[in-house]
Amino acid sequence: MYSFEMHKATSVANAAALLAQSGGKALAGGQSLIAAMKLRLAQPGALVDLSGIAELKGIRKEGDAVVIGAMTRHAEVASSKVVTDAIPALAALAEGIGDRQVRNMGTLGGALANNDPAACYPAAVLALNGTVHTNKRQIAADAFFKGMYETALEEGELITSVSFPIPKKAAYIKFVQPASRFALVGVFVAQTAGGVRVAVTGGASSVFRAKALEDALGKAFTNDAARAVKMDAAGLNSDLHGSAAYRAHLIPVLAGRAVMAAG
Amino acid sequence: MGATEPGVIGQSVRRKEDLRFITGAGQYTDDINMARQTAGVFLRSPHAHANIRSIDLTKAKAAPGVVAIFTGADLTGVNGLPCGWLITGTDGKPMNEPPHPVLAQGKVRYVGDQVALVIAETQNQAKDAAELIDVDYEVLPAVVNCVDALKAGAPEIHEQAPGNKCYLWALGDKAAVDAAFAKAAHVSKLDIINNRLVPNAIEPRCALASYDRAADAYTLYVSNQNPHVERLLMTAFVLGLPETKVRVIAPDVGGGFGSKIYLYGEETAMVWASKRVNRPIKWAADRSEAFVSDAHGRDHVTHAELAMDKDGKFLAMRVMTNANMGAYLSTFASCIPTILYATLLAGQYTTPAIYVEVTASFTNTAPVDAYRGAGRPEATFVVERLVHQAAVDMKLPQDEIRRRNFIRTFPYATPVALTYDIGNYDATLDGANELADVKGYAARKADSTRRGKLRGIGYASYIEACGLAPSNVAGALGARAGLFEAGEVRVNPTGSVTVFTGSHSHGQGHETTFAQIVAGRLGIDIANVDVVHGDTGRVPFGMGTYGSRSLSVGGTAIVKALDKVIAKGKKIAAHLLEAAEGDIEFKDGKFTVAGTDRSKAFAEVSLAAYVPHNYPLDKLEPGLDETAFYDPTNFTYPAGTHIAEVEIDPDTGVVTVAAFTAVDDFGNIINPMIVEGQVHGGVAQGIGQALLEHCVYDPESGQLLTGSYMDYAMPRADDLPSFKVGTRVTPCTHNPLGAKGCGEAGAIGAPAAIMNAVHDALSAVGVTRIDMPASPHRVWKAIQSAKA
Amino acid sequence: MSVSLSMKVNGKAVSAEVDARTLLVDFLRTNLALTGTHVGCDTAQCGACTVHVDGRAVKACNVLAVQANGAEVLTIEGLAAEDGTLHPMQAAFKECHGLQCGFCTTGMVMSAIDLVARHPGADEATIREQLEGNICRCTGYHNIVRAVQLGATAMAK
Repeated sequence: MYSFEMHKATSVANAAALLAQSGGKALAGGQSLIAAMKLRLAQPGALVDLSGIAELKGIRKEGDAVVIGAMTRHAEVASSKVVTDAIPALAALAEGIGDRQVRNMGTLGGALANNDPAACYPAAVLALNGTVHTNKRQIAADAFFKGMYETALEEGELITSVSFPIPKKAAYIKFVQPASRFALVGVFVAQTAGGVRVAVTGGASSVFRAKALEDALGKAFTNDAARAVKMDAAGLNSDLHGSAAYRAHLIPVLAGRAVMAAG
Repeated sequence: MGATEPGVIGQSVRRKEDLRFITGAGQYTDDINMARQTAGVFLRSPHAHANIRSIDLTKAKAAPGVVAIFTGADLTGVNGLPCGWLITGTDGKPMNEPPHPVLAQGKVRYVGDQVALVIAETQNQAKDAAELIDVDYEVLPAVVNCVDALKAGAPEIHEQAPGNKCYLWALGDKAAVDAAFAKAAHVSKLDIINNRLVPNAIEPRCALASYDRAADAYTLYVSNQNPHVERLLMTAFVLGLPETKVRVIAPDVGGGFGSKIYLYGEETAMVWASKRVNRPIKWAADRSEAFVSDAHGRDHVTHAELAMDKDGKFLAMRVMTNANMGAYLSTFASCIPTILYATLLAGQYTTPAIYVEVTASFTNTAPVDAYRGAGRPEATFVVERLVHQAAVDMKLPQDEIRRRNFIRTFPYATPVALTYDIGNYDATLDGANELADVKGYAARKADSTRRGKLRGIGYASYIEACGLAPSNVAGALGARAGLFEAGEVRVNPTGSVTVFTGSHSHGQGHETTFAQIVAGRLGIDIANVDVVHGDTGRVPFGMGTYGSRSLSVGGTAIVKALDKVIAKGKKIAAHLLEAAEGDIEFKDGKFTVAGTDRSKAFAEVSLAAYVPHNYPLDKLEPGLDETAFYDPTNFTYPAGTHIAEVEIDPDTGVVTVAAFTAVDDFGNIINPMIVEGQVHGGVAQGIGQALLEHCVYDPESGQLLTGSYMDYAMPRADDLPSFKVGTRVTPCTHNPLGAKGCGEAGAIGAPAAIMNAVHDALSAVGVTRIDMPASPHRVWKAIQSAKA
Repeated sequence: MSVSLSMKVNGKAVSAEVDARTLLVDFLRTNLALTGTHVGCDTAQCGACTVHVDGRAVKACNVLAVQANGAEVLTIEGLAAEDGTLHPMQAAFKECHGLQCGFCTTGMVMSAIDLVARHPGADEATIREQLEGNICRCTGYHNIVRAVQLGATAMAK
């Protein structure tokens, strides 16, 4: 790991100031960032630790949505009664991220800001039509995820919380890459107020909505309807663990399974 | 546990070594620190193949904390790393054996090849400085596949190995095989790839080298399976030092699986450098470094054919194998695809004629050497995949075709140079059928089918040659080292015993098993037996732990030393009891005058040996401390049948291991709990090879594509089922323990059993070939191709 | 840059000035000589470095020491009682032969205790799933699963 300056923020405003002043990176749970720094793949000049900011933590129900603080750990989401009651699919997704030790450190905000193309949380935010709250504004899910490791967040902008509208039905099926256990493909299917939304992670350079599946499932929310959809392999990832054609095949299969799991 | 009874042998005694491991008190190399210790870091080649035009150390040497930096140019008077086995080719010439430099000399030949040793006050400083070394590389084309390496126009890796050939070697009667094939009723054929693996002991390699200027002597702590061999090779072959000047200690070692047998360049450079900087140097590999620099395993490409008569009786086998040696010959690399592979191709069968050709080639990849099983998993995979195919072709049940060809008369001389002393292959096959509930398979398959899944069952009836082995035979076959083992039994004055063994334990539980042998034979409490291993400064000698040899060879050396202790004890007891030596019996920890109740306890005799007031000093030396060296007269031949059941999801290609059964014959067993644990671990590695693990280099750039656990799939708890394990016993005929060895069986049998089950399951959808690992993607692709 | 740290490790208050880039595992192993916590990989997957921070199992190789500032840290060395009586999970690993080379074992035991705390009464399938963050190369996990089951029963008493 390269050397860096370390700052501990006391509030969101303080964190923003420290980030602006140091030009560094925010440290949430650090489960991706520290791993990258250890391998000398990331070289931030400074880190601003967000763990001391109380206002970034917590889970609450607000009207028809569940609001989760950015520094809430995956394990807390997985075991939260609020989440398991309102959006069990989201709790189950959190329970499947990384492993138990990683879930004990990793945070919602960190995962979204990193936007790893194979991360699970982006699929939930996108499929549930969530809203990302930052210290500057609110960003709709459809506008948040921009590309590989790229989001709508600007310099110095910090995620404070995410609100997840409670869907009628939802489920997430993750098909793991056998080595990393990240999503080779993960499909989140939700019946939302605005219709069926299907988000796919692991399939491309960033999470995306599968419109063809949304259309098909909007007409018939069944496994068969999902399975009848043919995904185009163009633009999908191809690597050691799965070709684009394989991923294209898996997406409707997993969507169908998610439909069945959603009940 | 009645640990004081002679019956301690054969009991599942809980391990003596566990307490330190479960409390965090184990002492692995990286847990040991010395005053004035420095940190060593190796700068490694980022290229698969390149000439080094120049190395500029100016900036790096000026970096904070740097103590010294050494490159190949500094290592004057240091030889290359030796290969321990000379293979003679079909042309009668010795194999091509190019130099294997400790640090690169003008050229790098694989990604990870070590270029410089950077020594600094801290590891971070050493890493920072290593990045400042400016190496001017002239990048050359690379080749990573062992068949491609032999093609015309392939980049030449060593000038001493034209065409990248290491050797072409053959075994067996080619004419007899050709004749048998000519008259065969049926021939089954297969093309097989045995996938390249990375051993991945969870403790990465680590070394701590220090130099004592006053004594002009070195101490090396190293994560290694055979410290005496390490010392011998390093001193005699590379550094030109007397053995007395280097003490090698392999303390607690976090797994080896073969990868820690070898003498590597890293620790050799560190021992050399420790004198130059006159400070201790520690190097601890991180996992990424282990991936590129540990010796890898397997990596064969094979075409095999089996000739049969009309009843499925095997007439002959023909096998053509290409083996990847990697960029350099690692310590035992050359013997793995030859001596430890070709000789096992008879399997459990009476196949009268076998001919095998092995072509070994150099590639721009990490060296390939023994990995758990070493040659024998590759052989079993060829034989048992071929037998599976033969049964399919002949429309015979899988167990039936095996039964029709089993060897039943022992000793049995195979057509590939081995003589099996004993075995009962029907017993292990029948036992496996029963334990696996093969009778209930049809119902389980029907259930899978109802759920839309493909179910398959696969057999592997393997054999291995363990307990390496008679030194003279090995020597005649090209071994450059002996293959005996040493053991010392030191009886202390009050009757407690310290055992010094040349076998190293890095998970195998020798501190318990060997103590059981001693406690059982001497009739003393196992708590009074301590086992010392892994230190050239304390143990007389040792050839180390590999090839499932610790109990059959190392254990026998201890038994031979115990025999001497008991023989001397009888002389002492005869004196104390005023009886004739011939009348003394030793049983249950007591020396007794036969037919009387007059006896001396073991501790009374040992005390007399050290306080020799009433003692036959005119005829007998005081003390009770005996050493034995044991050289076996034959290999041992563990064998068994493994049965795998898999269920495949045709929609995703996911293979689930529904059940795995292993029934093995390891000869006599000292500690069943430890034996079962060895089987579990071996099977897990075998399943890993079959379904998950694959070391992949990019064919163009030669970069390692699976260089971390992000891309190299290690078996995890939820990839595996609980295992059903059983044993049958035919005691080995040529060692006093009757033991054969159990450490590698799982890794030998499991890949073929799993892949046979996968092929069985996929036969329903028309798939005829799938290579390891049968990953979801590959299985899905195979199903799609079969449909098309 | 150096940072000052203070935390409780195995019940004892410790404080130190360390380089900010010091990982928790390095702080434990180097500064405190608690070498029972091991490092087996560099991608936060093998779990050999598992310790508890404020009662939660984390991978000490993927956490900066400064992230544990002010926390209570429990390592393998702090599990057994003062008189040497083993924690029931430690005893279960020995009883079930849930370890061979011992290198992954300390992290495995720490992870298993956290597993049982979070999933009391877990069945075999759940135990296997929940051990995803710990890699063992020796045992094939068979006896580790048995050990976790036995340890869970003993911990419930």
